[in-house]
Amino acid sequence: MSPVLEGQAAVDIAGVGKVFPVRRGAGVTALEAVSLRVAAGEFVSLIGPSGCGKSTLMRLIADLDTPSSGAVTVFGKTARQARLDQDYGIAFQQAGLLPWRTVRENIELPLQLHGVGRAARRARASELIELVGLGDFGDKHPEQLSGGMQQRVAIARSLAESPRLLLMDEPFGALDEMTRERMQTELTRLRAETGAAVVFVTHSIPEAVYLSDRVVVMSPRPGRIVQILDMGLGAGGERTDALREDAHFFERVRDVREALHGDTAVSSQGKEAR
Amino acid sequence: MRAFGSRRAVRVLAPILFGLAVLALWQAAVVGLKILPFVLPSPIAIGNQFGLRAPFVLNAALITALNALLGLIIGTITAAIGAAIAASLRVLDEVSAPIVTAASVIPIVSLAPALYTMFGADQQTARVLIAALASFIPVYFNTLRGLRTVAPIHRDLMRSYAASRGQALRAVTLPGALPYFFTGVRIASSLAVISALIAEDFGGPIKGLGTAITTAVSSSNYPLAWAFVLGAIITGLVFYCATLLLETAATWHRASA
Repeated sequence: MSPVLEGQAAVDIAGVGKVFPVRRGAGVTALEAVSLRVAAGEFVSLIGPSGCGKSTLMRLIADLDTPSSGAVTVFGKTARQARLDQDYGIAFQQAGLLPWRTVRENIELPLQLHGVGRAARRARASELIELVGLGDFGDKHPEQLSGGMQQRVAIARSLAESPRLLLMDEPFGALDEMTRERMQTELTRLRAETGAAVVFVTHSIPEAVYLSDRVVVMSPRPGRIVQILDMGLGAGGERTDALREDAHFFERVRDVREALHGDTAVSSQGKEAR
Repeated sequence: MRAFGSRRAVRVLAPILFGLAVLALWQAAVVGLKILPFVLPSPIAIGNQFGLRAPFVLNAALITALNALLGLIIGTITAAIGAAIAASLRVLDEVSAPIVTAASVIPIVSLAPALYTMFGADQQTARVLIAALASFIPVYFNTLRGLRTVAPIHRDLMRSYAASRGQALRAVTLPGALPYFFTGVRIASSLAVISALIAEDFGGPIKGLGTAITTAVSSSNYPLAWAFVLGAIITGLVFYCATLLLETAATWHRASA
């Protein structure tokens, strides 16, 4: 991988639009004139209602789709080149594990595809299994694991090649609230340990606030950025469960909610909730 | 633990008891209603014949089973290769689809007389071929479907890993298609036995279960004919259970994706 240039952005999205063609008519505009910079090591959440294009935006960064207009740059390269160079790790709402492979083999998958030797693969997988707290489950198959554990395997897999950029599309969306909070705390720890930039798609306001340096609020039809909010809640490693009950945290939650719903009527509801 | 054990016992015992009840009812009906043997022999008479003529039944069953097995193997291998080619070459799939569909709706055994003429009426070749043709269809269609069914998330993953076509094939497509393939083989196994057996009624050497049933009926030995039918049922079950085991082994870890 190329050395990180000083001040180089992890992701640079410049005036990006995405239109999905439909059989008849003008096509569906999923994104319109979206611009966003994610600094190296920064945690940015994309939040918004269904259809606001947040997942589409993440897929453009991952080069799983291509933009209709504008440009996506990842570490100074085209998104395509960054994908070919394996500059990012990715996790989805579904764990998407291969059911016929053990936990260990699933984590080794990207390493195996990229020609890493057996011994090195094994060592890295063991490391990651420990990191996500699945010590005793390396030789189990996905069906023997709970949803939360499967998701941890998926996250370990996304970290396998120590990417400087993590793309996560609602990775905790299918988990229960308790597991979800625990996974969030683990993610802040992982992020502090790896120093990777994260683009995180979610529709949970507290989740976005808890995890992010900045929260990007989006609106649908067509998908665009409404507001970008600085959280200023401290570095990832300093965020503990205590933060969830902190007054600053609630303030940020209210800010994001107001940005999401438009200011007027909803802001008073936000105050009542406190 | 005890509740689990007893539930399992019920699950095994219930069908056995039900089967015995059906046999008892059958026996009672034949005796009580004085049903003539050529209409329906009693299960005890059939059982007696089966016991007495066990070596003959076994011999006939082995001949039919060998034809079915060879046919199943040949049909499965060609179907798997055909499906692989059709899955990778869209054009070929589109060109061949009408022929394969046509082949899937004709009763394959009806080809038997023609095949006996082609390969010689004293040879088992025609029977093997009929079993192979019958096996080909379900294996081909199931495997093709399996090769086409890749979960979108796995496709995205492979793309994000910049995996080559060959890598994606080995890592995701082939293992994903395996359960479909084995389902096809399981369906084919029954068809192979049935068609190998029925093909015997259209000519060829006088060996095997099909000809044995016909011969027993024409010499008015109805209980013996039914004993051969019992042999056919057992042969079919052996094929079915063996392929079911293969399928189960292949799908062991597939409960969740």
